[in-house]
Amino acid sequence: MPQVRMRVNGREVSGEVEPRTLLVEFLREHLGLTGTHVGCDTSQCGCCVVHVDGRSVKSCTLLAVQCDGAEVLTIEGLARNGELHPLQRAFHECHGLQCGFCTPGMIMSALELLQRNPSPSEGEVRAWLEGNLCRCTGYHNIVRAILRAAEEMREAPQPAA
Amino acid sequence: MVEKGIGQPVPRKEDRRFVTGRGRYTDDINLPGQLHAVFVRSPHAHARIRRIDKDSVLGMPGVVAVLTGADAEADGIGPLICGWMIHSRDGSPMKMGTHRVLATDKVRYVGDRVACIVAETPHQARDAAEALVVEYEELEPVVDLATAHDAPARVHDDIPHNLCYDWELGDRAAVDEAFARAAKVVSLDLTNNRLVPNAMEPRAALAAYDPGKDEITLYLTSQNPHVHRLVMSAFNNIAPEHKLRVVAPDVGGGFGSKIFIYGEECVVAWAARRLGRPVKWREERSEAFLADAHGRDHLTHAEMAVDEDGRILALRVDTKANLGAYMSTFSSAIPTYLYAPLLSGQYRIPAIYARVRTYYTNTTPVDAYRGAGRPEACYVVETLVDAAARELGLDRAEIRRRNFIPKDAFPYETPVIMTYDSGDYATCLERALELADYAGFEQRRREAAARGKLRGIGIACYIEACGIAPSQAAISLGAGVGLWESAEVRFTHTGKVQVFTGTHTHGQGHETTFSQLVAEALGVPFEDVEVIHGDTAATPVGMGTYGSRSQAVGGEAILRACNKIIEKGKKIAAHLLEASDADIEFEAGTFRVKGTDRQKTIQEVAFAAYVPSSYPPDLEPGLEASAFFDPPNFTFPSGTYVCEVEVDPETGQVSVEKWVAVDDFGRVINPLIVEGQVHGGVVQGLGQALLEHAIYDRESGQLLTGSFMDYAMPRADHVPDFVVEFAPGSPSPSNSLGAKGAGEAGAIGAPPAIMNAIWDAIGVRVEMPATPERVWRALQSVRMPQAAE
Repeated sequence: MPQVRMRVNGREVSGEVEPRTLLVEFLREHLGLTGTHVGCDTSQCGCCVVHVDGRSVKSCTLLAVQCDGAEVLTIEGLARNGELHPLQRAFHECHGLQCGFCTPGMIMSALELLQRNPSPSEGEVRAWLEGNLCRCTGYHNIVRAILRAAEEMREAPQPAA
Repeated sequence: MVEKGIGQPVPRKEDRRFVTGRGRYTDDINLPGQLHAVFVRSPHAHARIRRIDKDSVLGMPGVVAVLTGADAEADGIGPLICGWMIHSRDGSPMKMGTHRVLATDKVRYVGDRVACIVAETPHQARDAAEALVVEYEELEPVVDLATAHDAPARVHDDIPHNLCYDWELGDRAAVDEAFARAAKVVSLDLTNNRLVPNAMEPRAALAAYDPGKDEITLYLTSQNPHVHRLVMSAFNNIAPEHKLRVVAPDVGGGFGSKIFIYGEECVVAWAARRLGRPVKWREERSEAFLADAHGRDHLTHAEMAVDEDGRILALRVDTKANLGAYMSTFSSAIPTYLYAPLLSGQYRIPAIYARVRTYYTNTTPVDAYRGAGRPEACYVVETLVDAAARELGLDRAEIRRRNFIPKDAFPYETPVIMTYDSGDYATCLERALELADYAGFEQRRREAAARGKLRGIGIACYIEACGIAPSQAAISLGAGVGLWESAEVRFTHTGKVQVFTGTHTHGQGHETTFSQLVAEALGVPFEDVEVIHGDTAATPVGMGTYGSRSQAVGGEAILRACNKIIEKGKKIAAHLLEASDADIEFEAGTFRVKGTDRQKTIQEVAFAAYVPSSYPPDLEPGLEASAFFDPPNFTFPSGTYVCEVEVDPETGQVSVEKWVAVDDFGRVINPLIVEGQVHGGVVQGLGQALLEHAIYDRESGQLLTGSFMDYAMPRADHVPDFVVEFAPGSPSPSNSLGAKGAGEAGAIGAPPAIMNAIWDAIGVRVEMPATPERVWRALQSVRMPQAAE
């Protein structure tokens, strides 16, 4: 079986995987990083969004072997030294989550938006989230949370995640 | 005021684990040596199983077992049940088709469970599931609800006309008499479209058998672990009730779909015992579309009789409801007792008659989905009211005002067996109209017209019934279980509080709201309260969470347990303070001798209860109490939703421009959370009105909308920003909190508000979902004369 190596949340990891193993399966089953969720089988829901080499991707659309040598950031790696990232904090303060299942994907997706566009409008946030489904919140508070985090991050820029 | 007490918008304590990826959902749990199950599902809507060739896969890598319906029967695994008995008009009981955990004779819908492959890895199980040879003899399916009665085929060979029951409610003669003298009668044919619940977390189960204790532990995506345990032991023979532990850890949304006892969890638990190793199953989303109970799916002919002033005289409703291929756990109750009793809406209607026939079809079973019967009722009533206003040339707000049950008329008895507890409908309506600037709407319509857009405004005044109750009444109407709720509140030595509840939280935020409740009741810090739920080994027997019951029923049970603790605490404090019990008062966490400054905190009293060095001689040590609460009545939240849409006449695209919700939920524990419930419910209602539709191919019975690529879920850019306000509120007299429940309101009130707005915009009524194609076609039909010019 092929061997893969990658850096996940700053840590060097490796493993032997069946060639058909998806990145999300590698993260969840080999590394025990179960914060990345699987909500569909057609790459529509966005529950599995992580960052690969600085870009948000649906980890169900990549094979683990395609990520050999990549730098991967998952929801577990976002808080630093126990301090929540502004996005995590804003989701909490704005009640941007209910059941929590879509939340990691939402946050990881929003993270790339704010890295690209530090001052998105409400419409830009809504358009960006077209690849992420939430069945609980009606999106209202997710959008509020992302706008609030953007504001906070503009005032106090974060070290690159 | 208690910090983080009742009424405050406290951010949730459960959030930290979810925003950091440390939630613990069923699929996140793994046990050493676990096997993986994959279900082989029927590709046909209706077929006889001729042969299952186990040998076709038994030699494949990693395959441990192939389980079939015959194996389940041989091991005594019982069929699935429906827990609510309905009797037809002629007194005969509903006809229940046998629903096995794995099919034996026939398959009855695409997705029906045929076999279960258990293998060492998920990939190996999936490979074998694809390779298993099953021979079928295809049969003609019954797909269409409208024609199911006269269909040549039968879903269940022993059930004629595919008719499960023919039920009625109300006074038919009184309704006929009122129609005979009515100034106007409006009538409509309405379709309530079939929906797929689609909680973001697919269902999952992980079972382990402990031979030493002869006990099964089942981790499960469940809204009601005790109900799962009860049914799986009493009817499916999985294990005796005390030898089955059901744990529902973090659950990623339910909306009804995780109430039910499905075949998959029975098979997984049975397989774990049979094979002596843990067995795990996680549903694929494409399976969820086929296998999770769907919602709604009604065809209704409805008529309303009004006098010349627009006062409603009577309502007559004839509904056909689709059951799907089998009865699901509560499917019989949804189109009957959760539907017809809500047909009075917010209005004083002297006479109502409803007839409901439910039919089997070769489609996925249909059961409760957010609102469950109440959205269907609200859609009927609120569409008819708009139709009547149009017929009479009355303003749509005015006709509602004229018919409201006045706020001094409560408790109000409807002609359809409900007694509404309290309400102030006019206040909600007037406030919503004000927030929506209803008076200024015609100006906005003109502005939109100048831009080539058709703008419309719609109103819906909804009523909801929460917390099915009381148990005795529900049981007399056919319920197989009581609908009380339980709680246990326990102090520890160090003054911390554990709250064990029979409800379950899967997004509703009970860990926070129940903590607020206890912080307020016992005067302890919010942070010192821990809420424990979802484990039959830890929590008292409880009925779980659905029907917006957790706060109104479960919250009251917690409060009553707190009151028992305070009563006992007074005795302990009296002893410690050398006073008589009667002289002790309790306030904000402190027991005090009345009129003095001699006092003990509740934490000091708790310590004394566990370390009873000085203690009342006739009192048990310890400070904990349990309570059960069986409410005397449903609670009845209500409210008004006003929706403004714009339609692009060139494309038929509807965009929701403005949304105002004014809800009366009685006393609100945490407005931040309750607003979130409204947002989410409204968007599910918006999904029903504009986007979502489970469509079956009429010939083959294949689900055509079987993935997120063909079933349109609401996304962030489909929905507007919401204005949500709570009315001053009419507290429910049915519990001491005055809480009414808020989980389903949005999904109930939203569809008619949107559909009435579209009707207003384009001048013709369309069916849900109002897709661009439907709206465009409807516009062409009314514009034909223009087009011909």
